[in-house]
Amino acid sequence: MKSHDPLAVSKRSASVIHAMFLFYAIACIVPILLVFAISFSDETTVVANGYKLIPEKFSLTAYEFLFRDMDQILHSYGISFIVTVVGTITSVALTALYAYPLSRRDLPYRGWFAFFIFFTMLFNGGLVPWYLVYVNVLDLKNSILALILPLLLSPFFVLVMRTFFANSIPVSILESARIDGAGELRTFARIVLPLSLPVMATVALFSTLNYWNDWYLSMIFISDNRTISLQYLMYRTLLDIQYLTTNSNVSSQISSQGGLLNLPNKTLQMAMAVVGIGPIVLAYPFFQRYFIKGLTVGAVKG
Amino acid sequence: MKTQPQAGKGVRILEIPERSVRKRKSVWHNLGKFKVLYLMFLPGVLFLLVNNYMPMFGVLIAFKNVNYADGIWGSPWSGWDNFKYLFSTSDAWEITRNTLAYNTVFIALNLFVGVGLAILLNEVKNKAMSKLYQSLMLLPYFLSMIVVSYLVLAFLGKDSGFMNSTILQMFGGQPIDWYSEPKYWPYILPLVNTWKNIGYYAVIYLAAVVGIDEEYYEAAVLDGATKWHQIRFITIPFLVPLIVIMTLLQIGRIFYADFSLFYQVPLESGALFPVTNVLDTYVYRTFLIGGDIGMSSAAGLYQAIVGFVLVLVSNTIVRRIDKDNALF
Repeated sequence: MKSHDPLAVSKRSASVIHAMFLFYAIACIVPILLVFAISFSDETTVVANGYKLIPEKFSLTAYEFLFRDMDQILHSYGISFIVTVVGTITSVALTALYAYPLSRRDLPYRGWFAFFIFFTMLFNGGLVPWYLVYVNVLDLKNSILALILPLLLSPFFVLVMRTFFANSIPVSILESARIDGAGELRTFARIVLPLSLPVMATVALFSTLNYWNDWYLSMIFISDNRTISLQYLMYRTLLDIQYLTTNSNVSSQISSQGGLLNLPNKTLQMAMAVVGIGPIVLAYPFFQRYFIKGLTVGAVKG
Repeated sequence: MKTQPQAGKGVRILEIPERSVRKRKSVWHNLGKFKVLYLMFLPGVLFLLVNNYMPMFGVLIAFKNVNYADGIWGSPWSGWDNFKYLFSTSDAWEITRNTLAYNTVFIALNLFVGVGLAILLNEVKNKAMSKLYQSLMLLPYFLSMIVVSYLVLAFLGKDSGFMNSTILQMFGGQPIDWYSEPKYWPYILPLVNTWKNIGYYAVIYLAAVVGIDEEYYEAAVLDGATKWHQIRFITIPFLVPLIVIMTLLQIGRIFYADFSLFYQVPLESGALFPVTNVLDTYVYRTFLIGGDIGMSSAAGLYQAIVGFVLVLVSNTIVRRIDKDNALF
């Protein structure tokens, strides 16, 4: 057996640390388990006894109700998917195109272009003028483009990529490519990009997360059901049911008009959440390894 | 120009980059030589012009008395009236206080909890366990704020929420109507924010801790340094540049709030507005729900200008202390 590592903490402190992290890891995952458990519970036992981590009575009623609204759910999944894929690809391309020339030390006036983008980190026009540009000038209300455009180019990602290009691609490689007769575009596409896969993947992952999780753009730009994203659909489900259950006169009105009240409100709400969380939780194990690596790339400041 | 020796195609080798020669190279020469690289900027520049620079001119709306008959640009100027209205309401003080107070707490928690977790995680020598903890800690960061608001509701719902139905019952407490009791939210919001984001900060700081050369610690142990000494005199000093950058980035945004957190997680409960209304939610509500373009533009400009000043001030302070750590 190896002798005790002088840099390691004592056995007792080690077990305290482990206990702490176990507790914390549980705290990170329990809320998600709770939502899953509620969604598979029977509505009447939930109403009577409250939410439990283990369903008292198993039931799929909530999902049956959701299934009736399948059309809208699938449609919103489609919108979210298209926005995420198109947005991420375009965003990475745009970021790389802006960051690469910035990383070239021999490029005159690159300082101006750097200022042009980094100034937007310091000052902005605020929500009102920005909204008016999108709605009145570009006329993008209810357009899927309004869900893609705003998140396309982030100065921070440009900074991360520029730093990577400048530090990780040796100038001598660029020079030898030039001597071999490669033009700038060819050098960029054939040499710089393949060498930069880690940072490309990082920006792509962050971008995917931004697009997939966005609901704000749907809220301010979209009023048409056909173009709302999954997150926004979840948002509306949450508020609509919340509204029904907290306003007793509204619900009594509905019941007097023919009764929707046997709707399994609470479990239905959480089933919707599960439908929304699903893809993330399923993709997470594949995702997070690269994500941790990517964070590490981003953290190394240049 | 004419007196300069022209470097012809055949005599490129004579092109000595002397100062006098370089200075005379015209803008056009540079643009031509690097035209592909400049063209690469083009899509980004166009995007920034539309998405960022065009709205900057729109800040003038804050000085207009907008009415729909004349249109936005045709409406009469109103000077500082919009600002006078804004600051005569109690809202102005409330949203400023909330935005600054919450963000200060968030920054402090992100710093202390983030660095603390990173240092402790570095002591977990079991590779598999360490990876497991990292993965689970980072999971909340992947969830959207909508999902988080569902999770919070599952805990804090009035009738069936886990807190009321299980935890408080276990300790014999009375059920609490969380969504209409403002006094709890100054604790709930930082808790939610930290729960969601701390994995991200912990992993970033951990990357830096792992990067520190083991030899420093070995030498310190030989000199009789305890674990505590090592953390204080080796780990922390090595982390300072990263801590400064991360904190500076957050201070630069201190006048902005995470809209999703403040709008979505309290489920827009009106009873909670005194403790959940921040600049971003205020601007949104007065503009898109209230329809008051003048007042919301004024609040937006107030936010943008104070934010701008705060970035410059914090950057200047860092630059005074240590030039290398400044952002620009």
